[in-house]
Amino acid sequence: MTRLTIEQYLPHHPFFAGLDEDDLAFVARCATLVHFHPGEYLFREGEPADAFYVLRTGRVALETRLGTGSQVLDTADADDVVGWSWLVPPYRWTFDARAVAETSAVAFDGACLRERCENDPGLGYLLLRRVVDVMATRLHSARVRLLDLYGGQS
Amino acid sequence: MLPRRFRVASTRHDNHDTLTVHLEPCDGAPLAFAAGQFTMLQVFGVGEVPISISGDPRGSGPLQHTIRDVGSVSHALAFAAPGEVLGVRGPFGTGWDVADGKGGDVVLVAGGIGLAPLRPALLEICAERDDYQRVSLLYGARTPSDVLFGDDLRTWAERHRITVEVIVDRGEAGWTGRIGLVTQLIGKVAFGADRRLALVCGPEVMMRQSAVALVARGVDPSRIRLSMERNMKCGIGLCGHCQLRELFLCLDGPVLAFDRLEPLMARAEL
Amino acid sequence: MDTRILTTDGLQALVDALQTRGFHVLGPAVRDGAIGFGPVREVADLPAGWGDEQEAGHYRLRRRDDPLLFAYAAGAQSAKPLFFPAQEVLWRARHDANGVHPTPPDPEAGADGPVAVLGVRSCDLAAVGIQDEVLLGRRYGDAAYALRREGTFVVAVTCSHPAATCFCGSMGTGPRPGAGTAPAAPYDLAMTEVLDEHGHRFVVEVATERGGHVLDEAVRAGAAVPAAGPEDLAAADDVAARAAQAMGRQLDTSGLKELLYASAESPVWDEVATRCLACANCTQVCPTCFCTDVRDVTDLTGALVERDRVWDSCFGAEYSYIHGGSVRASTRARYRQWLTHKLASWEDQFGMSGCVGCGRCITWCPAAIDLTAEVAALRHDGGGRRDGP
Repeated sequence: MTRLTIEQYLPHHPFFAGLDEDDLAFVARCATLVHFHPGEYLFREGEPADAFYVLRTGRVALETRLGTGSQVLDTADADDVVGWSWLVPPYRWTFDARAVAETSAVAFDGACLRERCENDPGLGYLLLRRVVDVMATRLHSARVRLLDLYGGQS
Repeated sequence: MLPRRFRVASTRHDNHDTLTVHLEPCDGAPLAFAAGQFTMLQVFGVGEVPISISGDPRGSGPLQHTIRDVGSVSHALAFAAPGEVLGVRGPFGTGWDVADGKGGDVVLVAGGIGLAPLRPALLEICAERDDYQRVSLLYGARTPSDVLFGDDLRTWAERHRITVEVIVDRGEAGWTGRIGLVTQLIGKVAFGADRRLALVCGPEVMMRQSAVALVARGVDPSRIRLSMERNMKCGIGLCGHCQLRELFLCLDGPVLAFDRLEPLMARAEL
Repeated sequence: MDTRILTTDGLQALVDALQTRGFHVLGPAVRDGAIGFGPVREVADLPAGWGDEQEAGHYRLRRRDDPLLFAYAAGAQSAKPLFFPAQEVLWRARHDANGVHPTPPDPEAGADGPVAVLGVRSCDLAAVGIQDEVLLGRRYGDAAYALRREGTFVVAVTCSHPAATCFCGSMGTGPRPGAGTAPAAPYDLAMTEVLDEHGHRFVVEVATERGGHVLDEAVRAGAAVPAAGPEDLAAADDVAARAAQAMGRQLDTSGLKELLYASAESPVWDEVATRCLACANCTQVCPTCFCTDVRDVTDLTGALVERDRVWDSCFGAEYSYIHGGSVRASTRARYRQWLTHKLASWEDQFGMSGCVGCGRCITWCPAAIDLTAEVAALRHDGGGRRDGP
C-alpha cells in the first residue's frame, strides 16, 4: 500500500468510493503524503483546522489536555479518517491529534476542499455525507462508552 | 437436583475485581462440558449463581470459572479459600458449537467479562487451529488494567495465528493500544465471503450493536451467535426466571443465533 | 362406557374404599371463607349446601337451599398445591470437617400416603395435565412432583355451577371432565352430581380399571352401585349442558398467540399497568403458574444448611433481576410477560395454552383486572402499533 500513489490509493478507500473521476482527480490534487513519528502532533487544539487525514499505517491518539496531563479520548488506525473541524465553523481543532506509532497518512488541504465544496454542492454533499459518517461513528462510540458497560456498579 | 461437591484448588486474580476459581471434583470425576456452557455454582448457605465455564473443554485440568466480584454470592465464590467445598450443578445450556466454523473464518467479539465464556471456544480453536481459516478476537475492555487473560491473548496471537485486537473505553498512562468501541473493529476485521461464523459475548447493548455491525459486514444473522444473560435460578428450565418470550435461556440458550434473538432483543423489557 | 350411580351413601362407601386402600383422601372443604382442599373422611366433610358468588375482585360463599355437595365454581386454590407445594425443601446439609454433604429430604417422611383427590373439576384437571407436561414432560423433570403425582387417584367432577368469572368453555377444558378439547390429566372416576325428581345422586363414569375396582370394593362393603340408566345419563348430560351455557365469560382464542406477539408495544399494557398492583395474586391462584425461587437457609451457627424452593411470581421485581437491575422494571412489562406467557409463548414452549379458563386470576385480583377483557382490548387495538415480529 505504501507504494501506491495517492491517485491509486484514493478510489479504494471507502471515504472516496463513488466519487467520479474528475472529483477524485481534484481531491488528489489537494492531497499530500505525510509521515509522523511517535509523539509528533498532526494538529493541536485551538489551531486553525485546515486539513484532514486518512491514515495509511500507524496510530493516532485524539486527546485533550487536562490540568494534570492529557487524556486520550479515541485512537485512529489504518484507514481511519481523522479531523472534521475543517468543515465546521469556526474551523479550529477541538482536540489534539498525536501519533503514538510511526504513522503515514494522506493529508488533505481542507481550505482548498472547502472552497470547492461551496462552489460544487454535488461534491460538497458527497464529502459531507462521508464526514458525517466519521462523526456519527465517533459520537456513537462516545455515547456507548458513556454507559460504562463493562465497569458497572462494582 | 443435588449439586456435586467440588473443592477449591486455587484462585487466580485476573484484575482488580475478577478472579478465576479452579475447582477439583471431590469424587474425582471430571465435569465434561462444551465451550459456552455454564454451571450453577453454589456457596453452601449463601446462594447459587450461574457462571460460564472459562477453562479448556478438552483439558483434564481443574474446572475453571472466571467470576466478577459484584454480588454477595459471587463475592463468596471469588474469595472461597483453597480447600473449601462448593456446589456445582450442570453443565447447562447450549454451547458455541465452534466446530461449526471449521473451514471458514471465525470472528469472536468480547466485551468485558464476556471474554471468559469465549475462552473455551478460543482454546478449542487453538487445539485444531489448522481446521479454521482466519480467526480474529475483538475484545473491548473498560481500561487497560481491566484486560483479562493477558498471557492467553499473547499466546493466541503469537502461537496460534489469531488476530487479537484489544480496544479500551479509556486509556491509562503508558497505553498505546486502541481506545474506542469494540464495534468499530468489526468494520475492519478480515473476513472471507462465505462460511463465516461470529461469536459474541458481552453486555446486551454491546452484543446487539456488534451483531448489527456484523450484519452490515454481510454476515448472515444465523451465523452470528450471542450468549444471553438472564436471571437463571434452576438451570434446567423449571423455575421460569430466565424466559425471553418463548425461550428458556438456560435450556434453549444461553448461546443463540441472532436471527432468533433479533426480534426479541428489539423489545424493551421483554 | 361403564357408568354407575352413587347416592351420598355410595359416595361415603367410595371414600371408605379409598381409605381402605391406603389413600389419603382430599376433597373440597370450606376454609377461611372459601372453598379449598382438605381431608375428607366422611361425606359430611364436603361443603353440602354451599355455593359461591364470584366476580372480578369478588368472592363470597353463600348458603344454598339444596343439599348439593359440588355446587360451586373454582375455589381459592386448584389441586396444584397438592402436588406442587408452595414451599418445599430441596436438600439439607450439615457442615462438618469434610465440608458439606447435601442430601434430599426423605420423600416418605411426613407423607400421609398416596393421595386420592375427590372433586377435581374439569378446568383444574386440565391444569394438572399442563403441570405434568411442564414439570415432567421435558428434558429435566421435577422428581418430587413425579413422586407425588405417581399413583394419585383422581375423582373428577363435572362443574355444575360455573361462576361469572369462568370461561373453561372457551379454553376447551370443561365443564365436563373428558369432554374438553384440551389435554387433561388422567382421572379414574368422573362424576356428575344430579338432583332431580329421581333424587340426589352421582352419575359416575369409570375411566380406569382401578376406578372400577374401587367401586367394586364399595359394593363389597355393602353399597349399592347400580349401572346408570338412560334417564341418569340424560340428567348428567343436562347438568353439563346447562353449565356450558352458564359460563360468565368468554375468551376468543383464535390467533391468540399471534395477537399477543404482535401486541408487544400496545398501549393496552400501559393502561392495565395503571390498575395492576403487581401483587402477584393472579400467579398465586393460577393452577398452571409454575415459577419458583430458591432460598438458602442456615441455622445460627451455619452448621445446618437448607435449600428451599418457593413459589415465585413474574410480577416481582427480583424475578428478572440480573446484575445491574431488573430486566422487567415496569408493571407494564410484567403484566405483558404474564399474559403473553400464559396465552402465547406457553404454546411455543409446551404445545398448549397455559390458561384453562378457571377465572381465578379475575376473581382474586384486588384491582378486578379481567384477563378476558384485556385480551379483548388488545384485539380491539389490533396489535398496537402493528410492529410485531
